[in-house]
Amino acid sequence: MALAGALLMVLQVQPVFAANSYEDASRLFKQGNYAGALERIETVIAANPRDARARFLKGLIYTEQNKPVEAIKVFTSLTEDYPELPEPYNNLAVLYASQGQYDKARNSLEMAIRTHPSYAIAHENLGDVYAKMASEAYDKALQLDRSNAAAQTKLAMIKDLFTGSVVPGKGGRDTTESATASATTSAGAEKPTAAKPAAGTGADTDAVLAAVNGWAQAWSSKNADAYLAYYAPDFQVPGGEARANWEATRRDRIIKPKLIQVTVGSPRVSFDATGRAVVKFRQGYKSDALNTSGAKILTLVKNNDRWQIVQERMN
Amino acid sequence: MQGSTRSHQAGSRQTLIQALVAIMAAGASYAWAMNITPAPVSRHVSAPEAMLVRALLDISDSKFSSAFDHIDSLITANPNFRLAQLVKGDLLLSRTRPIKSIGNASGGSAEQVAGLRDEARARLVRSQIAPSPELAPRYLLQLPESQKLALVLDSTKSTLFVFENTGKIPRYVADYYVTIGKNGMEKLREGDKKTPVGVYRVVSRLPKDKLTDFYGSGAYPISYPNEWDLMRGRDGHGIWLHGTPRDTYSRPPRASDGCIVLTNQDLETLAARLQIGSTPIVIADSIDWAKPAEVESIRSELASAIEDWRHDWESRNTDAYLRHYARKFTSNGLNITQWSAQKYQVNSAKSWIRIKVSDMSLLLYPGKEEMAVATFDQDYASSNLSHRMMKRQYWIRENSKWRIVFEGAA
Repeated sequence: MALAGALLMVLQVQPVFAANSYEDASRLFKQGNYAGALERIETVIAANPRDARARFLKGLIYTEQNKPVEAIKVFTSLTEDYPELPEPYNNLAVLYASQGQYDKARNSLEMAIRTHPSYAIAHENLGDVYAKMASEAYDKALQLDRSNAAAQTKLAMIKDLFTGSVVPGKGGRDTTESATASATTSAGAEKPTAAKPAAGTGADTDAVLAAVNGWAQAWSSKNADAYLAYYAPDFQVPGGEARANWEATRRDRIIKPKLIQVTVGSPRVSFDATGRAVVKFRQGYKSDALNTSGAKILTLVKNNDRWQIVQERMN
Repeated sequence: MQGSTRSHQAGSRQTLIQALVAIMAAGASYAWAMNITPAPVSRHVSAPEAMLVRALLDISDSKFSSAFDHIDSLITANPNFRLAQLVKGDLLLSRTRPIKSIGNASGGSAEQVAGLRDEARARLVRSQIAPSPELAPRYLLQLPESQKLALVLDSTKSTLFVFENTGKIPRYVADYYVTIGKNGMEKLREGDKKTPVGVYRVVSRLPKDKLTDFYGSGAYPISYPNEWDLMRGRDGHGIWLHGTPRDTYSRPPRASDGCIVLTNQDLETLAARLQIGSTPIVIADSIDWAKPAEVESIRSELASAIEDWRHDWESRNTDAYLRHYARKFTSNGLNITQWSAQKYQVNSAKSWIRIKVSDMSLLLYPGKEEMAVATFDQDYASSNLSHRMMKRQYWIRENSKWRIVFEGAA
């Protein structure tokens, strides 16, 4: 915590030209001009070698340039210089996982969580890493060779420093949106910025609940078309996967079991400032193969009088 | 949000514990039914097995990180230990979603997973074995001085015990986890995938380079079918002690076609002490443990029956001699009537007979029938013929008297 505060001071006393260069680099990075972005950010780092934000961006640039070795080096040095920051650990884990080094990924994520126990993205990534490691162990137990079939786990990369740790309520997979705002305003903040529920009308609440129940019903009746129709065109596909791939997987999961029963337990509806509905409930899932339950959060938007899912998270 | 994540994890861990506790309880009642009393005989268990059991016990104590460490270092040393991989998978998966039992792998056949679960159960059952200096398997009545070892298999405990011949009470040396036939015990027919119950010996050695990888570090055929099996019309062949393929540390407790499968390390350790051609192996459903005094009383009863038989043969009192043979006796295709006729003829032509019996091995047969196998060096001399041979006799209790049901060259 102390370090984070110190860091904030470092950021504030940066010379103006360096800050501008950082913004330039960040802009070029977002435009996909990685070579240009790298050139700018090197200048920033040369002027202030301890600039964590700039070094973090450098790591991202290398990642986008598909230079994992260099990216790992950058994030590793960040974890050494700023062991209190969870984001570099998270990204390090993502890089390790993409190389199939799940043990190292696990260690990094556990470090991220040790520094920030409420770090949602790291928890989610860690869950994925555990599942992947479990599946590897099972394959060895049962002598299955799935090395060809197994896609590398896609984990969520943090795109901005000081976001994940301070916005724990933010979507696990959603790391690109609203990042700029939090990077500039909440670097030192430690408290979660709870979403202020805007007053939604009773009618809206009912409509949202009807949509969620309809969604569960479509799933239970194994009607994949109806089920998928509950997802908005701009639905944030988990792991940044292509929508078509995700739909194909969902279709398969819905059609395969002989019997599915999805229940929505004690739902709570709230509305955020932009009018999106956030529904938290206990999802029960029962099929011939599996019987689980867990906390689920659906975020819905109103498109042409229909409430549709834009984000889906399992807690 | 975090609260719910944690309680979710705690819940899944709880169910894993319950699954294990259930398995362990089964193990405990097994051990109790086996009537093995704990005693200060130190067991020699392989390091990987000890480590696996420690991890399983850790899980039941909710010491997950310790369990994971044990499993992880076990797998580092033995990546081919499938059950350890399965437990590792469970430990990892239990952090992401609730799991209800051991082995939550998707893919692979249900049979494979069930086999590994059975192995977990068998390993836990084995962890409770406590050899007692007060008890020995009832079967080992007497071993000749030349015989260093005797093996005794307990199928319900998936365990092969090794005993050392001390001249008195056999001394526990080691025990090994073994795999037996897919369809269990009491082999009857060729291809029934069962392991025979009976008294056998290790007859030969097939070196590793003459075998496929499937048999691991070597194979040691045993003497199935023995004379008693053949008398009862049992068939099949090729029952071996052997190892495991390179990619498999151990196989589930019931997985072979009737062979007795050990881990390669265990087989190598055991092989170094085997006496090919003579080391006895008694294969039982479940070992009948007895106090030395009980064993001695059966032994002396049999020894005196054999001595009476020898004496009556030497005396050339053929009536007395033939009273030692059972009604359903056979030898070399002769029934009791034909055998008797031959003996009357042979003995009447002799003016004297002298018989020496030495190197006596006396083993009680496992199973319901009260029977024993005697193997000994028979030095026969008579007025017109001398002959020295290794003889084997099967003695059964008939009308409360020990009588010979089979006799032939060993």
